[in-house]
Amino acid sequence: MSIIVDKVNYVYSAGTAYEIKALDDINLKIEDGEFIGIIGHTGSGKSTLIQHLNGLIKATSGSIYFHGQDIYDKKFDLRELRNRVGLVFQYPEHQLFETTIFDDVCFGPMNQGLDKNEAGLRAFEALRQVGIPEDLFYQSPFDLSGGQKRRVAIAGVLAMKPEVLILDEPTAGLDPGGRDEILDLITRMHRERGMTVILVSHSMEDVAKYVNRIIVMNQGRVMFDDVPKEVFKHYKELEAVGLAAPQVTYLMHELRDRGLNVDTDITTIAEARAAIMKAVLGGKH
Amino acid sequence: MLRDITIGQYYPADSVIHKLDPRVKLFGTLIYVISLFCIKGVVGFVVATFFMAGMIALSKVPFKFMVKGLKPIMILMLITALFNLFLTPGDVLVSFWVLEITKEGVQNAVLMTIRLIYLILGTSVMTLTTTPNQLTDGLEKSLRPLNKIKVPVHAIAMMMSIALRFIPILIEETDKIMKAQMARGADFENGNMLKRIKNMIPLLVPLFVSAFRRADDLAMAMEARCYSGGAGRTKMKPLTYVKRDYIAYAVIIVYLLLSLLCGRI
Ligand SMILES: Nc1ncnc2c1ncn2[C@@H]1O[C@H](COP(=O)(O)OP(=O)(O)OP(=O)(O)O)[C@@H](O)[C@H]1O
Ligand SMILES: [Mg+2]
Repeated sequence: MSIIVDKVNYVYSAGTAYEIKALDDINLKIEDGEFIGIIGHTGSGKSTLIQHLNGLIKATSGSIYFHGQDIYDKKFDLRELRNRVGLVFQYPEHQLFETTIFDDVCFGPMNQGLDKNEAGLRAFEALRQVGIPEDLFYQSPFDLSGGQKRRVAIAGVLAMKPEVLILDEPTAGLDPGGRDEILDLITRMHRERGMTVILVSHSMEDVAKYVNRIIVMNQGRVMFDDVPKEVFKHYKELEAVGLAAPQVTYLMHELRDRGLNVDTDITTIAEARAAIMKAVLGGKH
Repeated sequence: MLRDITIGQYYPADSVIHKLDPRVKLFGTLIYVISLFCIKGVVGFVVATFFMAGMIALSKVPFKFMVKGLKPIMILMLITALFNLFLTPGDVLVSFWVLEITKEGVQNAVLMTIRLIYLILGTSVMTLTTTPNQLTDGLEKSLRPLNKIKVPVHAIAMMMSIALRFIPILIEETDKIMKAQMARGADFENGNMLKRIKNMIPLLVPLFVSAFRRADDLAMAMEARCYSGGAGRTKMKPLTYVKRDYIAYAVIIVYLLLSLLCGRI
């Protein structure tokens, strides 16, 4: 039992002419070690939801429990929560500020109260993990390319060694190579360190390939919350709210319609390959 | 957090006041403010009250929003009232220690308080019903004659509308960066003065970087669309008076005459 979201509602600009209900009765249970994908149309409340999980936004009503403790309790230490639940924002490169990349990554660990040496070690490790070459460590973060800045920003959160890592569209605007590298890094963190990972994404392919559970948001509500296979069975409903299943799922449906006896619940290319091989070869023998 | 600060808070609604030409509203507000300072008697204030109540009712903006504008100047009002109360010479009503309250003092204090409240309420009718863009448009057109004496009216209006446009964007950006740094353990609330200023660096550096980037992008976008200043530039929605604007002008003139006539009583 790690994080419980209980009947959370959130309204932006409450009491003005511009009230927006961003979250509507959200109930979730996030276990330790899960790898969760959150998908949803633009404006469906994904970013708002994840900012609740480390207490940056306080719910208008409802409660959130972290390891059984109510985070809105007066005695609860929110800074401690933020140390343990790391959040990488959408466009995190906009938060870089130090004179060198290395110092910027040290910012988080130093705020955790680590001394210079220890923070430095953490920064070193995190920068290496995200694939920043060592000769860049002492350059200004403002001279990097967009993709490199993104990696530095992610390193800034990884260096804090959180238990839960939340990333808001970490691959937006990256090239396919950079995207795969970042996602592989996240997967490695999940597998090797047993980190709980929550990934907000627009790409069905990414989500289907990496996560074990998908939460679909629509207009501030949770629409589906299940394993990828089950969620993508509802591809017609997903389309109705501006989403879609992965391309291969459509391919499998098409193949089946044309008479090839394949499983249509398939969500990744690897599975599709296996299924097609089986159908084709199996049919001959 | 920061978003709760509203500057030039426009309240969208479908009302006659919203539809009025911004020049009429500017003129009306000016007349109203001047009249407030000419009025000295009860009858005058009754006239002003009716005028303002009429405008508020016509604007369809909930009264709650009007009153919101009063909160920040509460302190100022209190100080003004106290100064007037104690520092006006005249017939002494009560006195204790070195302080004296005079009859004139009480009068002045009440008068000033009412004036300030009416001033804020009256001007917020304008700001709540006019978008910042309309307002600068109105100003630009009203001040156009100043072009003759080489005042760069268009440039000033353009700068004003860009600045106004950027305020909410920068507030939003500040909010975002602040949250992003708080997620990395930054602390903007605790510590002594010096420490707090130092803690602002992780907020200010990215904010300036992004402000410059945005300014650069905007300049580039304007140039790409061949912006070259005011000369020969036309408007997409040129301001033109329609019947309701002339009626509004007439109402304002009638109000001006009334308040001049009854102002002293
Ligand atoms: N700071 C804010 N103030 C007011 N309204 C906001 C704010 N942030 C988001 N909203 C509104 O809340 C709703 C949910 O926004 P949110 O950013 O959570 O969506 P999202 O799912 O992350 O979208 P995207 O995919 O575009 O990032 C939207 O309608 C948005 O307009
Ligand atoms: Mg978002």
